[in-house]
Amino acid sequence: MIDPIDLQLIVAIQAGLPVVARPYALIAEQLELTENEVITRLSRLKQQGLIKRLGVIVKHRRLGYQANAMVVFDMPDTLVNDKGQQISQLPFINLCYLRPRHGEQWPYNLFCMIHGKSRERVLQQLNQLISSCALQDYPYDILFSPRCFKQRGALYANKLS
Amino acid sequence: MDAIDRDIINTLQAGFPICPSPYKQVAQGLNISEPELLTRLQGLLDSGFLSRFGPLFHAEQMGGALTLAAVKVPEQDFENIADTINAFPEVAHNYARSHELNMWFVLATENPAQIEQTIVKIEQQTGLQVYNMPKIHEYFVGLKLEA
Repeated sequence: MIDPIDLQLIVAIQAGLPVVARPYALIAEQLELTENEVITRLSRLKQQGLIKRLGVIVKHRRLGYQANAMVVFDMPDTLVNDKGQQISQLPFINLCYLRPRHGEQWPYNLFCMIHGKSRERVLQQLNQLISSCALQDYPYDILFSPRCFKQRGALYANKLS
Repeated sequence: MDAIDRDIINTLQAGFPICPSPYKQVAQGLNISEPELLTRLQGLLDSGFLSRFGPLFHAEQMGGALTLAAVKVPEQDFENIADTINAFPEVAHNYARSHELNMWFVLATENPAQIEQTIVKIEQQTGLQVYNMPKIHEYFVGLKLEA
């Protein structure tokens, strides 16, 4: 279970950190804690991995990343871990996961994402991926995303209610 | 957006210090003043280049759950189905994708049981089969995009 003060802290920062010179002091004031306690608690949450990262989350389409592709492979179960690790080494790979297949409709189990500024470039990177990880023999598909309907961070505020 | 803005985005995607004057520390690394960093960062947030400046939580460690799911939507129903699915607060992202399974969304719930419950509700409201594809193993997450 998460300590109630940690939970208050999480709720206080989930929408964003204040853009002021002493952001943690401002949060401390709101929660009636000391700045030092906020810093100590946040450092611990980060160390424990509850907070994966503190920083900016970009709107990738606004930054020009319009050609975002999910690339999926049907990899034999015996090879999937090795290939997943190899794929993850390539600098243009943003995410790589093992997920379940769904019969003939969805035979793919290895998922990775390439965020790119043009389809041509992403297709070049896909070729590079296939050749450098020796994936020529495995069925694959590339799913571009022509539209984004919704994008937001997960919120945890309702945990308090 | 100029070179300094790009520098700010690239630096802050990597992380943000937890210390009394974190912006001062970041500004020093960027060779700009602390007030300039604050003004520019607020500007980038206001103009929508950044969706958020803050924490990225580890959903599972928070007790929550995440999954990726897909549906096969008939072309003429696309807008309606997108509205129906987006109306669920558990839906964090929703994208059209070029495949027979043409709508892909991420569910984020407060506990693992709610994933299944939400999927059942989405199937009832849309009349479509939801293909649930939870993460079995994570090989890599490093979503850092050069500005």
